[in-house]
Formats: sequence, C-alpha cells, structure tokens
Amino acid sequence: MSADQVLAEIKNLHTYFYLAEGVVRAVDGVDLTIKAGRTLGIVGESGCGKSITALSLMQLVPPPGKIEEGEITYYQTVHKTEAASTSNVIEITKLKPNSREMRAIRGNQISMVFQEPMAAMLPVRTVGAQIMEAIMLHQQVNKAEARERAIDILARVKLPNPDRIVDTYPFQLSGGMRQRAVIAMALSCNPNLLIADEPTTALDVTTEAQILDLMRALQAEFNMAIMYITHNLGVIAEMAQEVAVMYMGKVVEQTDVVSLFRNPQHPYTQALLRSIPQLDDVMARAGKKKRLETIRGMIPDPYSILPGCSFHPRCPQFMQGVCDQLAPEVVETEPGHTVRCHLYTSRSAKTRAN
Amino acid sequence: MLSYIIQRIIRAIPQLLLISILAFIIIQLPPGDIVTRQIERLQASGVTVSEAQAQALIRQYGMDRPMYQRYLLWISNIITKFDFGYSYTFEKPVAQVILERMGYTFAIALFAHIFTWTVAIPIGIYVAVKQYSLADYIVTLITFIGLAVPAFFLAMIIMYVALTKFGIRTGGLFSQEYMVQPWSWGKFVDLLKHMWLPIILLGTGGVAGTIRTMRAMMLDELRKQYVTVARAKGLSEFKVIVRYPARLAINPILSGVMWLLPWLFSGGIILEIVLNLQTAGPALYAALRNQDMYMAGAYILITGALTAISAILSDVLLAVSDPRIRFGGVEGA
Repeated sequence: MSADQVLAEIKNLHTYFYLAEGVVRAVDGVDLTIKAGRTLGIVGESGCGKSITALSLMQLVPPPGKIEEGEITYYQTVHKTEAASTSNVIEITKLKPNSREMRAIRGNQISMVFQEPMAAMLPVRTVGAQIMEAIMLHQQVNKAEARERAIDILARVKLPNPDRIVDTYPFQLSGGMRQRAVIAMALSCNPNLLIADEPTTALDVTTEAQILDLMRALQAEFNMAIMYITHNLGVIAEMAQEVAVMYMGKVVEQTDVVSLFRNPQHPYTQALLRSIPQLDDVMARAGKKKRLETIRGMIPDPYSILPGCSFHPRCPQFMQGVCDQLAPEVVETEPGHTVRCHLYTSRSAKTRAN
Repeated sequence: MLSYIIQRIIRAIPQLLLISILAFIIIQLPPGDIVTRQIERLQASGVTVSEAQAQALIRQYGMDRPMYQRYLLWISNIITKFDFGYSYTFEKPVAQVILERMGYTFAIALFAHIFTWTVAIPIGIYVAVKQYSLADYIVTLITFIGLAVPAFFLAMIIMYVALTKFGIRTGGLFSQEYMVQPWSWGKFVDLLKHMWLPIILLGTGGVAGTIRTMRAMMLDELRKQYVTVARAKGLSEFKVIVRYPARLAINPILSGVMWLLPWLFSGGIILEIVLNLQTAGPALYAALRNQDMYMAGAYILITGALTAISAILSDVLLAVSDPRIRFGGVEGA
C-alpha cells in the first residue's frame, strides 16, 4: 500500500438536524481526504460538527439528523493475489443507512471508538460476547474460533489475562481497561479505517498516554488509517500527520501537523494555539500572575446563519465589510495547506491596499 | 449464584414468621369467635347447646388458652400436618378447599401473565423505537383507556355481547353437563373453551401497564451510547434493539414477577366473581363475608408466603439477567 493511497473521501458534506426550534447545520460543507495507513486529526470546540462528520461517514447520524448533500466515497482494497490488488469504489452516501451493504462496511471496513468507555458496552453481556458478535457477523467463523480471536485481540490491546477478561462483564473493568476492550472490539475485524471520537477524553492523563501509545502501535501493526477527533491540540500533535481544524460545521484550515503548529494561518487556529497553557511560560513568569488567553465570545447560536465568515464575531482580525458580508472560499496558501479566510483571498488584499 | 439463592431463602424465613403472626392477629380481630359462631349455627339448626357443651367446644378449639398458645397450635398444625383448620362456609377442611381451586387459579393466572407479556413487551419495544409515530399515539391512547377501564366491566360487556349476539355462555369454567363429571377429554376441551376469556380479560389488565413500563425503559436505553456502538458493529437494526436496549429494559418486567404468585390468589377477585370462576379469589371473598376465620387466615398466610416466594423468584430472575446484581457490583469505577 503506497503512503498516499486515498482510503476515503468526503466531498461537500452537509449534515443537518431538523429540530422543532429550527435547522441546525451541524456539518455545512466539509471536504476531507483520509489516506490509507495515516492519521487525520480533526480538531475543534464542542459542537463544531466533528462527531457528526464521523457519524456521517458510517451513516449513523441519529434522527432527526440527515445527510443533506455531499458525497462520501470509500476505496475498498480487494486482495486478489499476494501482489495484485484492485480497488473497489463504494459510494457510501448512495447506500441506505440500514442496508446490507452499509452494514457490511460498519465494524468491518470502518469501525469506531467512542468517547465514553463506561457507556460503550452493555453492562449485562460479557466483554467477550460483545467482541465475538462483530467477529461472527463479518467473518465466517464458528463460536469457538470467534472466541479464540476475541482472546487474541484482547491480548493485542495489552490487557492482562485476556482469557479471563473475555468472560468478565464491562463493569468489572477499570476505565482504562474498558477503553482497551472497546478498542479491541473496534479492531476485531481488522478495519482499514478506525474513527476515534475523543477516545481518551474521559480518562486520566496517565491512562490517556498509554491508550495513545497503544493506538499508534496498533496502527502500525494493522496498517490502518485513523480519523482522530479531539479538542486537544496536544493529542493532535502526538497522533496525527494531517490535521483539519473545524469551526461551526466547516473545515477552516487543513494541513500537515508540522505546518499547523509552525505556521497556523486561520485566526481561529492561531487563537486555539494561544490558548494552550505553556509550561515554560509559567516558569518564565513565576510569581507574576497572567491569565491564560482565551478566544473571546462564544460559539454563536447553532440555529443562526451568519452572513460571511462564521468566525467573524470572535475574530481578532475582523475586517468590516468583508468578513461579515461574504463567505470565504478555500484558499491554498502553500502546497497542501488550505485555509478558509479572507486574509488570504484576493479580495482582502484589495481591501488592505485601499 | 447458588449461595445467592440460599442467602435469599434464609432472609425470607423471618419474613414468613412475621407474616404468620400478622395473619393470626388479623383473624382474631373481628368481634365474636369461632366458638360463638359454632354455637349460633347449632342453635339455628334447632340444637340446644348447654353451658357444659359450650365449655367443651371452647376447650376443643383452645379458646381458653392465651393467644400465643393458640397461635403456636395453629401454626404447628399448618407446618406439621398441612392442617389449616375447618371451613364452615364450604364445610370442608380449609386445605382441601384451597387445593381444589389451586390448579385452576394457577393455570389461569400463569396463562394470563404469559398473554400479557407476549402482547405487551413487543408492542412496548415497537412504540419506543417509533416514538411519536402514529402507531405510538394510537397505542398510547389505547393503553390509557386500558388503564382506566376496570377489567370486570370489560368482562360484563364481553359476556353480554357474547350471549346476546352470538348465544355463547362465557361464565364459569365448565359447561353444565361437565360440572360434576370426572375428568375426560371432553371435559378438558370444555375447560379450554371457557378459559380463554378469563385469560384474555385478566391478561388485558396488565397489558397497558406493561406497555407503558417497557416503552419508558426502552426510551431511556435507546439513548445510551452502547446502542450506537452496536450499530457501528454492523448489526441489523432488529438485532441491535433486541440484544442491547431490550435486554436491559426487560428488568422491571422481571421484578414484576414478584406480584405473579400473590396475584394468583387475590388479584382478580372481582373479575373472577363476575365470570363465576371456581378459583381461589371468590373463595376468599366468601370466607371473609362469613367470618370463616380459619379460611381467611389461611388465605392471608398463603398470600403472604407466596409474596415472599415470588420476591425470591424475581430476585433470582433479575440476578440471572443482570450480572451487576449477581456480583453485587457497582456501576462505574
């Protein structure tokens, strides 16, 4: 598999929620490309549409949500022989959410790990039963073989005594162990893409570090792509190769992880980076109190449609008459670095020249 | 698991003891006692009862002894000889009256509950999955009517319609010709012909409540993350619902089993009287009306004991269904 092989592509995705109070444009024109074997980090505040983008990819958007527009394409690799393989193009958005074809992808080609390990498993069925279920569903194996595989996968997520853990109930495991079991469940059918929706947010930092290490090791072992969703830029720095920054249902900046931290271009990304507490800053100004920088204002009401750029009410570089008038287009400022901001469009250059 | 059951049974023993004492006190409460009643009966049938005969009767029934001794006599007869005393209403030993009726009572109540569950559980799950759909609104409306209309009233309407429009007699458990005959295939078929109505009517009473419980529980569970996780595995929607939220939502129904056995005895009395069934409920009613103390005491005791046994049964069922109870585990860490 070449490093740049595209595994999944999201084009112009719009996922809306139709509520009594109005329409929430949770995902409002997102384009993303996930490459085989690589990690794409998605970062943004709560409610920016990260999770709904991920759920759209699996056609699991809960009602009253609906994929309104856009295309999601999944490139399934079919190994015919050792050397030769062909690609099978699947248009996910054309499949019915509960169709056999869609269910054959879920848990098998694409699987997902959720934020809350305590709630991800049913308390009254054993860990093993819940893992074996996915194995028996997607692979033609009998119960004994499925159990063998479940024990094997539990061992690979570094759970001690996997042959005992397989018969335990989720409530008998600690949070960290449970998240390992949930990851094992997601990996049980060797997926090509793992969507991780804030998998470490509910865990303490030590456990978080262990889970992140584990996921990286498993990624290399299984050669799978990861779509890593988080609000934590530190985790992004550690996990991702590519990063997409989301704000109000749109990707506002997308680049490789090094450029994002070295040369953030969107004012929102810059503000996010400034609001990370820095240890050396704290040391330098020991004794002197200084507040951590925050992004001023709040995320606007989700029912509203703002004219222009959705970040303009909070933007420190807001340009009157431009940002609040016209929605910015995506601009490629450097090769592979795109940003959705008027500071980089020709229009703003004119404004500044005046 | 076995130790859990044993532990549960041991805990029930003091409960049963307390129930028996209460039952005994209750049957002593009404004014007049068994001896005066017996004397009245003899006098009514033209026999003159002398003072000496009355004293003999008092001694015979132990009425001259203190209450605790009478209690001990009563309870030891029950435990050692299964002797609940004599029923004047039915002019048979109490144990015999109860045993005769026990079979029908048990069969009708069990089938009624099975009817309730098979109808209510799938409907409850369905309307929760399709919340706010037309089907949900219709079922909600019907269940509210079902909760409001008493079963005996429904029984009268059905009996009236069956008799006047279709000429079918629906009361009782047997047709006239089979009433006193020994058991035969014909009598069994006749029994089945008469049983469906009480089963459906008694069962219907529970349907509405069970649908409401199931729907509420399912709505809670459907929002849990494990449902999305199960969907993300690629399971079909039916398997997701049945194996995950429904698996947990069933628990309150299992704890409802606690009311099954006592309900057998006294749950459907009015309906049973209306339908003229030879079950336990109407016998209790007759006993209470006639101050038939041993009969009434036996009923109170048996109903209490059945409640205790059902509580054990439902706890065991819950423990089988939910390992958190089995392991005494606490959710979360």
